[in-house]
Amino acid sequence: MRLHKPTKMCGIAAFFAKSPWCEQQLGSLFVPMLECLSGRGPDSAGFAIYRDPAPAGSVKIVLHHPSETFDWQPLFAEQAGSTIRILSTHCVATIRGSAADFTAALASEHPEITVMSAGTGIEIFKEKGLPDAVMERFGLASASGSHAIGHTRMATESAVTTAGSHPFSTGDDLCLVHNGSLSNHNRLRRNLQREGISFRTDNDSEVAAGYLSWRLRSGDTLEEALGHALTDLDGFFTFAIGTRDGFAVLRDPIACKPAVLAETNDYVAMASEFRSLAGLPGINGARIWEPEPARVYTWSKQKAPEAIAA
Amino acid sequence: MRTFDLSQASVREVNQYLHDLVIPEEVEILEPRGAHAIACGAMVAATVTIRGHAGYYCAGMNQLANIEVEGNVGTGVAENMMSGTVRVRGNASQSAGATAHGGLLVIHGDASARCAISLKGADIVVGGSVGHMSAFMAQAGRLVICGDAGEALGDSIYEAEIFVRGRVAGLGADCVEKPLEPSDYEALRGLLARAEVDADPADFRRYGSARTLYHFHADHAATY
Repeated sequence: MRLHKPTKMCGIAAFFAKSPWCEQQLGSLFVPMLECLSGRGPDSAGFAIYRDPAPAGSVKIVLHHPSETFDWQPLFAEQAGSTIRILSTHCVATIRGSAADFTAALASEHPEITVMSAGTGIEIFKEKGLPDAVMERFGLASASGSHAIGHTRMATESAVTTAGSHPFSTGDDLCLVHNGSLSNHNRLRRNLQREGISFRTDNDSEVAAGYLSWRLRSGDTLEEALGHALTDLDGFFTFAIGTRDGFAVLRDPIACKPAVLAETNDYVAMASEFRSLAGLPGINGARIWEPEPARVYTWSKQKAPEAIAA
Repeated sequence: MRTFDLSQASVREVNQYLHDLVIPEEVEILEPRGAHAIACGAMVAATVTIRGHAGYYCAGMNQLANIEVEGNVGTGVAENMMSGTVRVRGNASQSAGATAHGGLLVIHGDASARCAISLKGADIVVGGSVGHMSAFMAQAGRLVICGDAGEALGDSIYEAEIFVRGRVAGLGADCVEKPLEPSDYEALRGLLARAEVDADPADFRRYGSARTLYHFHADHAATY
């Protein structure tokens, strides 16, 4: 039993490309940002990258198996028109039809396989180990894409495992990274389980992700769901939420957990510390600010960047 | 003048150099790139200029030195400062001037939450606005806010004084508005001049402790 609970650190970084060259360079811009936050979270790391949308009628899923030598091919033998890409312990598959049907069948035959993400563009990768090793393992530096959300973890609330790492999928094309700690996660987890939300870990952040899934399933927009989170989640949090075409940021009303944002004509970037943004091109001319407590900020390809009051 | 480029030199080298100084000197720090603990623990009246944005605890524990940041600073700028001057041209993150005992901290932009938390005697002048819980449990010294103050200003304040020119979102427990005496206007005028902030003392309101939390109440003694 841990008698002395250290201040929970963890690092968060998010990068949203507004111009084509930033999309092209997404990985090489994002890797140094997350690597810089290694000191805040050396246990494990993970990221969601949004890229290569699956064609209409198809869905993209990312699966994790504990063994790097697992033979993925047979799983897709009966999936006509499916394509798979294997990156270390993860498999990115594009299949026709519904992700839910496929993963339900998979769960009964291969309980050791975890679904990391499902959607059109999202790909979540996460593993134990130092952030630079994790990013190297999944070839992030050379990746392009529209946006990325990442996390470096210093575990305090639950075990250091791949499943306990961030980001957590919160639904199709949605994911959450969290810096902070929730104090009412046990009760919330039980309430959400009654609503049919399932959990894989004892992790408090997974509960926040489950909570958002539940609100969105109940018909909330993302902004509404985050507004409700301010009331229902008790504890400390800075969240970055990846969406199909953008990302959102929310800090709790006490705002102990840091966040800094930078915006130029080419990108919007967010990180736990300014250090992480310091190497970005054009940072000296960027608008730099600290997101206000209890205020929902969203960016999207679909609309002009704006902040929405919760 | 001695120049350190933090893309080449480490923060440790810079701080050791400042600690070893015997005679005041001009020191320039380039490429700070948000590094933490820059120019902490300076002990002579050196003039330090940081050309860019600094990270956490910049100029912490300062004694005598005049430190200027030509950019923003992270959490805890001038934390536990004893004397000297720290000037931030941009914005400051949380807990600016926390527990500072003496000297002057000037933030020309905004400061976020908990500015002047547990202030112990320093003067802090903020050209812009401050976030929530500023001057929380502040014991001595002055916090001057030329813009607005966030929620719970001066919560559980002791004998520190707060002056606000703009709007106050809300006062914390035991913090009340107090009248300004002619001597307060004079003191404020002097402080604003030292801070090189252009503001008219007549536009400010003053806040401090109602001193109702200094003693325990026995309201419910009969219940026990």
